Amino acid sequence: MLDKLNEIEKSALESLRSVTDSAALESWRVSHLGRSSALMTVFAGLGKLSKEERPAVGSGANRVKVALESALEERSKLVKSAALAKSLEEDALDVTLPGRGVHVGRLHPSTQQLRKVMSILADMGFQIYTSREVETDEYNFQLLNFPPNHPARDMQDTFFVEAEGRGDNPILLRTHTSPGQIHAMREYSAMNPDNPPPIRIALPGMCFRYEQITARSEIQFNQVEGLVVGENITFADLKGTLADFARRMFGQHARVRFRASYFPFTEPSAEVDVECFVCGGKGCGVCKNSGWLEILGCGMVHPVVLQNGGYDPARYSGFAWGMGPERQLMLRYKIDDIRYFWGNDLRFLEQF
Amino acid sequence: MKIPISWLKDYIDLDGLSVEDIARKLTLAGLEVDEIKYAGLAMPEYKDGEKHEFKTSGIAWDKEKLVVAEIREVKAHPNADRLTLLDLFDGKESQTVLTGAPNIFHLKGTGKLDKPIKAAYAKEGTTLYDGHAEGLQLMTLKRTKIRGVESYSMVCSEKELGISEEHEGIILFDDDAPVGMSLANYMGDAVLDISIVPNMARNANVIGIARELAALTGRELKRPTMDNGRRTKKSGQSSAVNGQSVTELVEIEITNPELNPRFVAGLIRDIEIKPSPYHIQRRLRLAGMRPISNIVDATNYAMLDIGQPLHAFDYDVLVSRVGQIANLSHKIKIITRAAKDGEKLTTLDGKERVLTSENVLVCDESGPLAMAGVMGGAESEVTDKTRTILLEGAAWNFINIRKTAKQHNLPSEASFRFSRGVHPAMAEQGVKRGLQLMAEWSGGQIAPDLVDVYPLKPKDPTITVTTKDVKRLLGIDLTAKQIAELLTRLEFECKVEKDSVKAKTPPHRLDIGEGAVGLADVLEEVARVYGYDRIPETRMSDSLPPQVGNPQHEWEEHARDILVILGLQEVVSYRMTSPERESRLVSFDEYVALANPIAPERRVMRRSLLASLLENVEKNARAESISMFEIGSVFEPNKNDLPNEPRKLAIAMTGLRTQTAWDVKDSASFDFYDMKGRLELLLSGLRLSGISYTPTDSSSLSAGFLHPGKSAEVKINGQSVGAFGELHPLVKEKYDFEDSPVIVAEFDLDTLRNATPTYGIAPVSEFPPVLEDIAVIVDESVTAEKVEGLIKQTGGKTVTRVRLFDVYRDEKIGAGKKSLAYNLTYQSEKTMTDAEAAAIRTKIVKRLEHEVGAKLRG
Repeated sequence: MLDKLNEIEKSALESLRSVTDSAALESWRVSHLGRSSALMTVFAGLGKLSKEERPAVGSGANRVKVALESALEERSKLVKSAALAKSLEEDALDVTLPGRGVHVGRLHPSTQQLRKVMSILADMGFQIYTSREVETDEYNFQLLNFPPNHPARDMQDTFFVEAEGRGDNPILLRTHTSPGQIHAMREYSAMNPDNPPPIRIALPGMCFRYEQITARSEIQFNQVEGLVVGENITFADLKGTLADFARRMFGQHARVRFRASYFPFTEPSAEVDVECFVCGGKGCGVCKNSGWLEILGCGMVHPVVLQNGGYDPARYSGFAWGMGPERQLMLRYKIDDIRYFWGNDLRFLEQF
Repeated sequence: MKIPISWLKDYIDLDGLSVEDIARKLTLAGLEVDEIKYAGLAMPEYKDGEKHEFKTSGIAWDKEKLVVAEIREVKAHPNADRLTLLDLFDGKESQTVLTGAPNIFHLKGTGKLDKPIKAAYAKEGTTLYDGHAEGLQLMTLKRTKIRGVESYSMVCSEKELGISEEHEGIILFDDDAPVGMSLANYMGDAVLDISIVPNMARNANVIGIARELAALTGRELKRPTMDNGRRTKKSGQSSAVNGQSVTELVEIEITNPELNPRFVAGLIRDIEIKPSPYHIQRRLRLAGMRPISNIVDATNYAMLDIGQPLHAFDYDVLVSRVGQIANLSHKIKIITRAAKDGEKLTTLDGKERVLTSENVLVCDESGPLAMAGVMGGAESEVTDKTRTILLEGAAWNFINIRKTAKQHNLPSEASFRFSRGVHPAMAEQGVKRGLQLMAEWSGGQIAPDLVDVYPLKPKDPTITVTTKDVKRLLGIDLTAKQIAELLTRLEFECKVEKDSVKAKTPPHRLDIGEGAVGLADVLEEVARVYGYDRIPETRMSDSLPPQVGNPQHEWEEHARDILVILGLQEVVSYRMTSPERESRLVSFDEYVALANPIAPERRVMRRSLLASLLENVEKNARAESISMFEIGSVFEPNKNDLPNEPRKLAIAMTGLRTQTAWDVKDSASFDFYDMKGRLELLLSGLRLSGISYTPTDSSSLSAGFLHPGKSAEVKINGQSVGAFGELHPLVKEKYDFEDSPVIVAEFDLDTLRNATPTYGIAPVSEFPPVLEDIAVIVDESVTAEKVEGLIKQTGGKTVTRVRLFDVYRDEKIGAGKKSLAYNLTYQSEKTMTDAEAAAIRTKIVKRLEHEVGAKLRG
């Protein structure tokens, strides 16, 4: 009888070895551990055995049952993990297929750059001041120390608006955000005409110049100006503040230089160059091999402008500077055609 | 302004300074060098990766291979008629050089030359520009055979040496050129191209630049001697001054000193018109001017030299003109005056100019001779036959010259200078310099004296600068002595008194004002000569300003952020458009119109932001899906006053709602409700409530371009803030759009911004809500808004959310009816029972039955 049990165990284990899936596993369980299996038949026949035989056969059958059950469990784990491995393999994706897109919104690159500039200026204590885009000659030029027929007007070719009876004060599209300097100074000085408060503002906005539209020139462009007016403002402060700003904007280690220049509404005036951030000053196409990029114009606010704004130039001084976010973007991203900005081709806009 | 270094060296010692050192000093001091063109001088060598400083062009000349040589005989080429063989001596040995140069061809076969010709000789292996190639192509001289004769070297044109574009013939040097000398040493040069800003107009000449360099380096400025030609600089010989004084021959009448503050005239007789010396021609070409003849070149050279434009009249023509109207017994009278409207003058370019009263004329008694400061007249022009010159040096009102040059489109070196202002003191110096050069180059005799009428002298202000001013405005400590020293370098006459300096403006500049302006002008000069780079960088020590912020800007930026989160791309359009372009969408009677548009299609300022936006949609129409917005001003005309600039928001959407992908083949197109959903989120993001959507009023502006049944007006507490909807099919047709509907919205941002926001949030309950669906059948005329309103009103606080999840119509419900199905969320301050929910639900159903005749759908 014990031989028979050994035989049952041996053949069952042997057939288990060929089981590879869960269905075969179940049918193995039914045929080897099920009610009508040979082993169960042995258990069912225990009662018919003699008292002497029964313990040995009983414990033998139990041993075989335990062995078969544990073999089943082991095999079952094996089969499951094989099945899992197979299904994982079968479910593998082509990870090189493109991801599914989402409609996303973006700010226009000019807005992004304006925000970048303005957030640095905000850190430095400058508040945003905005003013109108269509201006008078008085605010755009005369109050800023550009007399009629002054050669400096050549630097800013102007769009004029059709209007009658304006005399020396035609309506025009502002050529720079500087009319805002006068608006702001007059607003601030009106707060306390005898002791006008200090000013630190940033003036962003669209400006217009009479140009042909080409890859290099546009009829409209954004500008950001900064204006400081106070009682103890020096040219050295201008240098310190703008060098700080340039380093925040273009990198902490960027070298900055100040060159003398001319603007009617500032004096002394300067142009600020930053070491080319594309080539690190070694010379490249972006800086035309000069190693420097011209990034802003600046100067001490002209006494006539202070006076026109309600600030006595004998007591107050200040500085102002202006720069172009589109120009900064063109340099930074090597954009060789300024017309991209107002062309609004999604293929351009989506790259920012 | 192009400045040859060799010319600068006439007036300042530049030893020890490289061309780049000079360019750097000038650039930092406000004379920006845009480019350095090398024509012979050693070029800086940059190792790979080393920093460049200036835009550079040109070639350096090989010191060994390029020399001055003399041509001793011009022989015929045995096999080519047009070529010649030169017998040439390069200082060491004789060479045979093959050339086709036309300007020595006439000497072919004339035997040994009596006077050898000096030429620029390039030996084998020299690298030069190819004279025959288009543009600038480098080539290296190699030994070769041309028509059976060996060739290994050449005589050069200016183009081959990179001096100018000139390739008509070879360079023929002046007789004193030293044979055998390296060309680089003889005339190696570099040209600085300098931008002249308006307040530096005084420096648009070689002496001006030399004066600046002298101030910046502390070196001495060597002025040319201009003692009315009594001693010439180069030869040291006296050029003859004799004959009748010019004051006996010519008188001048200035009718309006404001237009013509000074007029100086000199006379030179017995001149011979011929080409200028080669080194003068070369300098003029390097400086960007074309050599014409010794007399014309002398006027140009003097102008480039000291900045005073001159005009040479053929004196004999003036005599004959007067002779026609009077006896010769009286003087020639030069009259300057404003032109009469419609007056005519034929200028020396052969064009008849019709003048206006803004032009100024130089006339004689028989009529106009020249357009003052801009261009001479044809009749009195210098010709090959001219023997006597009346030379004009005058000061003109810069405004009139500007207007005249612009009006007649005559930009020139002279009008460039006059239109920026030339100090009247220069008129006399200019005439003296011009006469001196003419005498030197033409062999003429200068008439004694000058006629000089000077009715209006400039102020040349004296400015007081204190050490305090320097500290207060520049932020540096300088003593009065130091300040005076810096200004003296620029030729200010300075007097030091304790802590202040009285500085008198030198009589060559017009850019120094008076009072506070003059102080700023002078402080800039102190800073420039001191060096901007030496001024320290400090942080501001003044008190902080009042904090007023910019609520409008901040609000708009917030709106932009929300719109971007909603998947909309921001665009920025041109402000300039045309009525026709806008009229595809909407028509306006009046516009802010430009007096000088760049093109008819950009002649007015936009009135509709949406019209601009739709042009952008049209440009991108091929894109699968477009969602765009723009925020900006439109321009409402205000008669002859400044326009109103209201702020607007425009949105446009068209194309697919979902992006397709390799496994997402299809998507519905954007429609009315896609836009509405975004607007709802925008308005709630802006914390606005009390919003209603009503069908657009047919009288409203937007009704003209919106689909009447698929559009709505947006109101906040009853006030209209904008409208949106599908573009009217007839309007859509006018654009090059794809098939899917175009959904647009336009808001008045000023009204929207002024609506009162409401803050506060709905509490989030910790008790479980009861969720329930309810479907009611109502007449088609009953709006969803009405039903939802009744549910909310009846449910009160307990119904926290009402969401329409289905709209259904079919025959079983009945014609003219629809079923509206809602998810309701009941929520209270405790766990709600089903019975409590059911009670509310019953109330809602009853209310709906009563108010809108709704029936509960089974």
